[in-house]
Amino acid sequence: MTSWIDIAALDDVPPRGARVVKTAHGCVAIFRTAQDRVYAIDDACPHKKGPLSEGIVHGTAVTCPLHNWVIDLQTGMAQGADEGHVNTYEIKVENGRILLDSTRLMARTAA
Amino acid sequence: MTCKLVVIGAGMASGRMLEELDTSAFDITLFGAEPRGNYNRILLSPVLAGEQEFNEIITHDAAWYAEQGITTRFGETVVKIDKKKKLVVTPQGTTPYDKLVIATGSASFFIPVQGNDLPGVVGFRDLDDVEAMLAAAGKTDPKAVVIGGGLLGLEAAAALHKQGMEVTVLHLMDHLMERQLDPAAGYLLQKELEGRGINVVCKAHTAAILGKDHVEAVLLEEGDLFPADLVVMAAGIRPETRLAIDASIRVERGIWVDDAMQTTAEDIYALGECVEHDTVVYGLVAPLFDMAKVLAKTLQGQTAAFVPPMVSTKLKVTGVDLFSVGDFAEGEGREEIVFRDPARGIYKRLILRDNKIIGVVMYGDTADSGWFFDKLKSGEDISEIRETLIFGPAYQGGEMMDPLALVAAMPDSAEICGCNGVCKGTIVQAIQDGATDLGAIKAVTKASASCGSCSGLVEQVLAVTLGDDFQAPAPAGICACTDHSHEDIRRIIKSQQLKSIPAVMQEMSWKTSCGCHICRPALNYYLIAEFPLDYADDLQSRFVNERNHANIQKDGTYSVVPRMWGGITTPQELRAIADAAEKYNVPTIHVTGGQRIDLLGVQRQDLPAMWADLNGAGLVSGHAYSKGLRTVKTCVGSDHCRFGTQDSTGLGIKLEKILWGSWTPHKVKLAVSGCPRNCAEATCKDLGVICVDSGYQVSVAGAAGMELKQTEALATVETEQEVIDLAVAFIQLYRESAAYLDRPYKWVAKVGLGWVIEQVVDDAENRAALCERFEISQSVYRTDPWAEQAKPEYQTNKWATLADLTLEAAQ
Repeated sequence: MTSWIDIAALDDVPPRGARVVKTAHGCVAIFRTAQDRVYAIDDACPHKKGPLSEGIVHGTAVTCPLHNWVIDLQTGMAQGADEGHVNTYEIKVENGRILLDSTRLMARTAA
Repeated sequence: MTCKLVVIGAGMASGRMLEELDTSAFDITLFGAEPRGNYNRILLSPVLAGEQEFNEIITHDAAWYAEQGITTRFGETVVKIDKKKKLVVTPQGTTPYDKLVIATGSASFFIPVQGNDLPGVVGFRDLDDVEAMLAAAGKTDPKAVVIGGGLLGLEAAAALHKQGMEVTVLHLMDHLMERQLDPAAGYLLQKELEGRGINVVCKAHTAAILGKDHVEAVLLEEGDLFPADLVVMAAGIRPETRLAIDASIRVERGIWVDDAMQTTAEDIYALGECVEHDTVVYGLVAPLFDMAKVLAKTLQGQTAAFVPPMVSTKLKVTGVDLFSVGDFAEGEGREEIVFRDPARGIYKRLILRDNKIIGVVMYGDTADSGWFFDKLKSGEDISEIRETLIFGPAYQGGEMMDPLALVAAMPDSAEICGCNGVCKGTIVQAIQDGATDLGAIKAVTKASASCGSCSGLVEQVLAVTLGDDFQAPAPAGICACTDHSHEDIRRIIKSQQLKSIPAVMQEMSWKTSCGCHICRPALNYYLIAEFPLDYADDLQSRFVNERNHANIQKDGTYSVVPRMWGGITTPQELRAIADAAEKYNVPTIHVTGGQRIDLLGVQRQDLPAMWADLNGAGLVSGHAYSKGLRTVKTCVGSDHCRFGTQDSTGLGIKLEKILWGSWTPHKVKLAVSGCPRNCAEATCKDLGVICVDSGYQVSVAGAAGMELKQTEALATVETEQEVIDLAVAFIQLYRESAAYLDRPYKWVAKVGLGWVIEQVVDDAENRAALCERFEISQSVYRTDPWAEQAKPEYQTNKWATLADLTLEAAQ
């Protein structure tokens, strides 16, 4: 079951950039690529918890601002030699609005 | 019973001897004529020149002697040794000894002419002499005459000149430092000193020192007269042997000692400059330290013998590179190899006998002196390398180990990449698994992925592992997205007038859709530099620090550094900084090396409000986060400093006001020092200015980070405006032609300093054009980003969170 929450307009997030959504269990970074695709992942690099939302976005990946780990936005997996992953969340754009699936976020909070 | 050891003289030789000695086995009493502890006499020259403080050269203070259980009687002069009763006598009484060490050193030799006892005539042996000289230097229009052009005299002359005195050196012999230098090197040295404004007169026979109540002038036999407020006697030293003579101990030129440092009297030993060993009296410190070791052993009942060491000489005058060792007189059976480069003032001479080096004289470039000295000491046969010997170790093919052999010999556990902790075995494994170029190894192992300084080593591991399959890398693309080099990209942006990142990527066939974190910041910079008026800065292609105008820290907080122009601040600014620190709960306040205050641990959401507060007090961004102008470090210069020659602070502020806000390929740091003492450390900056009486010395391309490099001279000019024009033109040239992330020193190494000088110094028209282009760019960028980013629209678009779901969860 999904539970979509309207969090913002697509234009509130800069292309090749990110903004942050606060949740009860930590910050989630909402990314927008050059092709206007959006992704939601935990805003903490699996390496040293660097804020991925502040990284440079390229293709469907982001480079962590602290130590240049590259994280795939689609899978949350670290690329190259680095090992680790971050949580990803269901997200979509409808009528210029970004919708985030809150099921996992809420479930966690409740647990 | 504990042996009573009495030591007369608290100088460097006895100090070292006491260090070598097991002091617990003795009951030691130390007499010193000077009312202070032991200090490094060799460093009196830097103290005189104002380059060091006296307390920096103290080697043994009262506490050290106390720790060793040594009784010190400083300021108490021993007047007599009673050999029969085994006593030493001072005006205060007698002290018995079981063993006695004479270490009375030497005194300056005062040439026997009329007037040599006038006030104002000093030696150069101790701190009192230095203080007397400094007092004389403090007079108006002070003049000094140094008698003696040897090591000591020249150090004194250079130091006094630096203290602002008009200095004349009178030297009896045909050329300076004739005991250490041959005539050619002596000539170069004289030319250098004269170039600095020191008057040198050789073959000068002093007839008399004139003056009524105080020295006024020195008269030569030739009739020349040199006015003087100060006369420094540096014509040699005289071993202090009076006590020994009075005690009927054998004295030649110095107190005679055998190989164990024993005098002719029972239980009396001697060492240091007061002794003569095998007909030689020593004045340099290395042999004295050897004596100290020998005597310590002798006193402890061990056998030891003093072997005269080979002693080399270096002159401690800032900016004069001079080295000599061994025997360099001409003679039967001797050959020599000489290298001269008059334009650069370089002279090297090797003296050979039986294919061995027996003497070395070097002037101007002494980098290889250690290598030659080793060859001299080892007595190595140099016939094999004779043809290239003079060029030093870099030209000895056989001398240098093949670097590949070195890498091949490394064990698998050897660490290659220090940043990421990658060892050789990991890299070899990656290569065997198919990573056959640097980029692939970087991607798979992270080796060389951080600072990059090990990439040469990684390539050598590749070469060793792959053998013949290894292909030296073609000029690599700047990242995996392109095969083009930085230089190619800059050239094509300019020639094709490509004015956006997508345009560059399209025209230059980028392999990725929108680049990566390596190429995008570089492209963004190149476009800013090339089209300052047309191109809009792309924040999404900037590293976080430049996007957020603050430095991200390991925990995701930021540091905030307000600009302090030239390092000058006010009570109001400091209050505003303190208020902001309290208001935003700044946990750490740190003073930076660039004369700024760093507020660390600021939360991201507090940045705009904090900036607004700081702006309110007139403070702007210090750009401590940017590839741009960071700081212009200054000293207080002629405003306050008694040595300052120009307004270094004012010039630093002017430079900073012109340069701030500009983006550059990498960070840029400047400094302006008010005098050659260089308190602002200008000679390791990207651009440094040293003020001198006659103007400004501008030098560039220094480094003080992962690499350490002194700046190289760009030009010497007379006015502040010329300095500013040079600085602006240099930085604009750097902005226009350097590869992104190359600091100026790396860029200068690539393009050559000669080319930079041609562009910036020699070609006035080009310099003006560079300055003009810089000003066009600054019309856009000379602005405070904090004021901009603190505006309300940025709050909603950038600084605020997009949504807060914690509230929903609470429902």
